[in-house]
Amino acid sequence: MKKIVLMGNPNVGKSVVFSRLTGARVISSNYPGTTVDYFKGEMYLEKSRVEIIDAPGTYSRTPTNKAEEVAAEMLNEADIIINVVDATNLERNLYLTLELIETGKPLIIALNLWDEAQNTGIAIDYKALGTILGVNVVPTVALSGEGIKELCSNIGRATAGKSFAFARDEDKWIKIGAIIKQVQQVRHRHPTIRDRLTLASIMPVTGIPIAIGVILLSFWIVRLIGETLINTIFNPLFELYSPLITAFSQWLGPGLMQEILIGKLFDGEIDYVQSLGLLTTGLYVPIGMVLPYIVSFYFMLAILEDSGYLPRLATLSDCVFHKMGMHGHGIVPLFLGMGCNVPAILATRCLETRKQRFISATLVSISVPCMAQSAMIFGVLGPYGMRYIFIVFLVLVAVFLTIGLVLNHFVKGTSPELCLEIPPYRAPNPVVILKKTWMRVRGFLAEAIPYLFLGVLLVNLLFAIGFLEWIGTVFAPLTAGLLGLPKEATTALVMGFLRKDLAVGMLIPLGMTPEQLVIAVTMLAMYFPCVATFAVLFKELGIADLAKSTAVMVATSLLVGTVLRIILLGV
Amino acid sequence: MITLIIPITELRAYQTARIVGLAGGHGFQSRLRTLGIREGKSITVQVSQPFGGPVVIEIDGRATTIGRRMARGILVEPQE
Repeated sequence: MKKIVLMGNPNVGKSVVFSRLTGARVISSNYPGTTVDYFKGEMYLEKSRVEIIDAPGTYSRTPTNKAEEVAAEMLNEADIIINVVDATNLERNLYLTLELIETGKPLIIALNLWDEAQNTGIAIDYKALGTILGVNVVPTVALSGEGIKELCSNIGRATAGKSFAFARDEDKWIKIGAIIKQVQQVRHRHPTIRDRLTLASIMPVTGIPIAIGVILLSFWIVRLIGETLINTIFNPLFELYSPLITAFSQWLGPGLMQEILIGKLFDGEIDYVQSLGLLTTGLYVPIGMVLPYIVSFYFMLAILEDSGYLPRLATLSDCVFHKMGMHGHGIVPLFLGMGCNVPAILATRCLETRKQRFISATLVSISVPCMAQSAMIFGVLGPYGMRYIFIVFLVLVAVFLTIGLVLNHFVKGTSPELCLEIPPYRAPNPVVILKKTWMRVRGFLAEAIPYLFLGVLLVNLLFAIGFLEWIGTVFAPLTAGLLGLPKEATTALVMGFLRKDLAVGMLIPLGMTPEQLVIAVTMLAMYFPCVATFAVLFKELGIADLAKSTAVMVATSLLVGTVLRIILLGV
Repeated sequence: MITLIIPITELRAYQTARIVGLAGGHGFQSRLRTLGIREGKSITVQVSQPFGGPVVIEIDGRATTIGRRMARGILVEPQE
């Protein structure tokens, strides 16, 4: 099958062009470097099937990070290149175009963001541009689909372009300058409201209050949408489900099957949180408690990404992240991690060096609570008031900052500075936002549900054979002695490795004091990531760094747990 | 006439300047150039983040955030 590869600078709407061409469900984003994993799709080209690949955005063929390395590799495999070019920023984009022409592969240019260019007073003679370069140029507005049909019908006619043979890099820029003079005219324009907004959101004086406001508002909306989903969709669904499952439970009668599928009964009734059965807790916790917030969280994140706000936040927070060995880009894994740690670890690829990726991945694993962990924290401590929940999050923030500073000091390697284009604010497209939300929710379901089922199954089996009691006794000196928790809490900690949200049902029946619960919940959030995150960490860091990262996690959580015990429970 | 050449970190906010040189290794230079930061271009500093934080520059109507160390390598000739 022929391979068509989409190449272009970050943030030129490449992924939207891709999704227009394939109709596939892909993530596209207004934040440079979010497309770290690439997407493949298929389309029909003159009645034959071709493969179409969306490469990560890159400024040149010389890669500066892992994502750009991927792009360079894909270029080698390409039969035809579609070069997506930002019409509002032609000069900068042409460098990559000239590099792509140098490969001698058939090429076609999609001159994207055509409408935005016109609105900002940039006129481009795209036919002349095509003649100079010796390739077809098609103006497109990927968001609305304008020009996509023409692009499709021109793919087959992609040509190799003129060979310019540049002796030096500098010659390329001289050529670009000459091309721009010939094909582009820019009308001077006055600063718009959008420009002023851009400025206000990056000046510390106004930017920091705006950032705090945006983040608080986002969380408020996440909660609002999440609660609305629970009240209008998920709770009514489970109310319909209750009589069915109760009848099924009675039909099963007491025994091993009831124990595994339904779990413990409380006064003869099923408790969705504490029963721990496969068809009760196993369904209710991920779907009834976590999923609604996952949906609302990813929806909000997609809006923040596509509006172009994240690069501003990266600019504002760069200084803090730099002290922790990363740079402003580190905000991306941090945000993604609040949904699920797995995509967050993958997103560390947009950081340049091993040191930065190691620190970012380790910090996300230790102290960024995913939605399942947050559900657990709120589920366990909610009844005792916000004060205790606040303590847990305060500890997590403090740990994030402290461990970041410490790791920056001890991890070998360099920490390059931030170098990030700030795209103009753009109104997010509702269809793209919904597609993106759905993609991520689907990813969560595929990853979370099997582990939760497996977890519930395993808990019940291990409980039945007495293994959990045994492990509780083995670790009792640690949990009881060091952390001041009942030895049964060990079980919850062990099972947290499979799914953190599962632990809610195991901690509640132990009758611990709120202070003890704070310790247990903090430990659960910190000591180890879930098994899915662990697998990704292994893939991204390799065995040696994973071992180091794990050592940091265990050491930190034991230390923090002990300190919390001393503060909250006394010695 | 004596022309003054300074790094952009010395510019006032919104002062326009022309880039005359990039001080740094080959990799550094070509990386900046691909971001549109190169000799002959008109540049303004929009914001310098405090505590040695990054600098937001504007070239061709497009804003870019770059680290303070990199910014020190961009040598300019102030206009006006």
